Amino acid sequence: MSPSPQPFIAVQGVTKRFADRLVLDDVSLDIYPGETVALIGPSGGGKSTLLRSINALNTIDAGQIKVGEHVLAGNGASLGQGTIVRQIRCVVGMIFQDFQLFPHLSALDNVIEGPLRVLGWSRDKAVAKGRELLDRVGLGDRSQAFPDQLSGGQKQRIAIARALAMEPRGLLCDEITSALDPELKHEVLEVLSDLKKEGMTLIVVTHEIGFARRAADRVVVLCGGKIIEDGPPDAVLGDPKSARTRQFLQNVLA
Amino acid sequence: MFPTLRYWLTLTAVLFLGGLVRTASVCAADDPAYIERLRQRLSSGILKWGGDAEASAPYQLRDPADPERVIGFEVEIADALVAEISRRIERPLKAEFVQYNWVSLEPGLQETKDFDMILAGFEKNADNTGRVAFTRGYYVYGQQLVVRADETRIKSLSDCVDMRVATLAGALSDRILQEVGVKQIVGFDTQVEPYRDLELGRVDAALLDYPIYTFYAAPNPRLKAACPPTHQNTYHAALRLDDRDLTAAVDDALSQLMIRGTLRDILRKWRLWNADQRGLPDGKHREAELLGLGFDAQGQPVDPATLPPVQEIPRDMIAESSDHWTFDVYFPVLLRAAGMTVQLTFASMAVAMAIGLLVAVSRLYGPAPLRHAALCYVEFFRGIPLLLVLYFIYYGAPNLGFEISAIPAAILGFGIVYAAYEAEVYRSAIESVPRGQWEAGRALGMADVQVFRRVIFPQAFRTALGPMTNDFVAMFKDTSLVSVIAVQELTKEYLVLARSSFKFVELGLLTAALYMAMSIPLGYLSRYLERRWGPKR
Repeated sequence: MSPSPQPFIAVQGVTKRFADRLVLDDVSLDIYPGETVALIGPSGGGKSTLLRSINALNTIDAGQIKVGEHVLAGNGASLGQGTIVRQIRCVVGMIFQDFQLFPHLSALDNVIEGPLRVLGWSRDKAVAKGRELLDRVGLGDRSQAFPDQLSGGQKQRIAIARALAMEPRGLLCDEITSALDPELKHEVLEVLSDLKKEGMTLIVVTHEIGFARRAADRVVVLCGGKIIEDGPPDAVLGDPKSARTRQFLQNVLA
Repeated sequence: MFPTLRYWLTLTAVLFLGGLVRTASVCAADDPAYIERLRQRLSSGILKWGGDAEASAPYQLRDPADPERVIGFEVEIADALVAEISRRIERPLKAEFVQYNWVSLEPGLQETKDFDMILAGFEKNADNTGRVAFTRGYYVYGQQLVVRADETRIKSLSDCVDMRVATLAGALSDRILQEVGVKQIVGFDTQVEPYRDLELGRVDAALLDYPIYTFYAAPNPRLKAACPPTHQNTYHAALRLDDRDLTAAVDDALSQLMIRGTLRDILRKWRLWNADQRGLPDGKHREAELLGLGFDAQGQPVDPATLPPVQEIPRDMIAESSDHWTFDVYFPVLLRAAGMTVQLTFASMAVAMAIGLLVAVSRLYGPAPLRHAALCYVEFFRGIPLLLVLYFIYYGAPNLGFEISAIPAAILGFGIVYAAYEAEVYRSAIESVPRGQWEAGRALGMADVQVFRRVIFPQAFRTALGPMTNDFVAMFKDTSLVSVIAVQELTKEYLVLARSSFKFVELGLLTAALYMAMSIPLGYLSRYLERRWGPKR
């Protein structure tokens, strides 16, 4: 797959501190439309922070992030709920490790909440879309179930459907299988593979090296707030350049 | 055209004469302009008067035959006065009794203007002189010292200095005890308890107005008068200072009631007439009044046989009430009062939940000044007694230029105090919703307001429902406080009925059962909602 010249997401010199700890240290990363990027690295390396920064769920202290035509400047100012922030969130959806479904709403209502309230769709249109998406994640028969009646894998698939309902161009997946039993991981990763085939841009923070090897176009290793490795899975996972990556891979695969 | 002309002539006359009224009240009796002013003053057709029918024989009390009715010698005087004024202004006029806590009668007249006249055993004293307009007197009475039948130590008030003496708090008898130097004065809110405590040996004597003695102590063989009545005084009707025309009209009507023998017969009927009443006649009709009250020109009582017969009221009102008030008589009365309790609680809780939410949201998300204001609100209203707030709103607000009637004042008072508690319930419920729910909402592109409304609040509300139902049940019971601002709810009704009949246990159990019947379903509702909606995770 040859990347088109214009990146979909451009992270440029982003720095982020939590108190006096440097979490992202002048990180730059271009992601092209349709790419699947696996973000790996040791805990505390800045993977989740980078992902959350792209969705403006935390501020950045320096640098800028472009998503499509929208630009987030890094001056540490509160992101609040400015229009740009909300537009970016409509362009890229986010899926969380702990699902964060709305427990008071049924599966279908979880999925159509965004289209109804943010996109201003009619209820009929939203429901039609919601049912289509539930079918697509294999949960068409569970539309009236409440989150506490669903398994972890089912919850995560609902969360993916909820993000897709906003018709985003990209999805940010923050360790979305970490909370799941091995057999349930599979059903969620299947859905991601399907999305990749359909051309969705995916940025996946993961510890599933197997998934990264199999499904990713690129693997990026973040360690100590810096990108220490960036390349095709075979190169990064098979023959890492840095000693730190090798050590990390050994630990993960051990 | 003609009525308009007459209106303007009248108005001119009113304005012209207005300045003279202060001195002209008595001689203005037949002045057409004065009559016209009275008609306008009374154009509603109703003269409201305030008193306290909480076991206050013989002044005002629940009719032993029918607790829905209020009877009493002052009720009859009020009706006769109003009939007299109605005849004079040639307009229909009705007397309407307004139930009030005795100690709150003056603010009720002055501040909230719930009625236009106090007729409730009111005497002049150092506090109220100059604050209200007193009419001429309608009854001369003394203070009666009462002791237990076997008492030997107490022969007069001066023997009581080192004793415990019960009385009505804030009444003239209370002041007299203080002047005499009685060290242990036990003040009660109603006239039943002093004799009750005396009988039970909790106090050594009771000092109360003679009419109270007549109905509550004299029929009781275990009590006796320690000495003849002392400290002779007079009951007066009281009106607002600026209500001069009406005050003058009441004075004139009282004179007529004396002359025609009406007052005499009301007092005889209520066993209150005695030779002291010769002190009532006054002014230019003195002789005719004396005659009408049952005295000769020298002030000697006439032979009672020459007076028209009257049917005397039975002396033992409590025995009467106790006999007549059976379950089917008092149950509907209590049930209606329970209805008021339910209404008050639901309305107040709605106000509390609405204000509480505003306060909680201000406290969590407002800019710094608003956050501090919300915190102050919570600390302030949690920290002061509800009773104070009710009093402040009802009697204080009119001072600040707001008119508010009793039930809205009660709802507002409960609402704003309970809002402080509900705000805290909301706050902790809102904070208990995981942070990630905010992020999930925001990640969908929702604005923070939307996230709060659609995601956070529905979850928080369900968490809050349990504790709120608790407060709801607590409020059911707290509403018993509103009797201080003259709202008649269940506990107050219980007190009135029980004090009038001494059926403390029987009525108490029934009242408790009514409270249970209201709060138990709420408990079930709360547990059901918690099961259905409670935090799931």
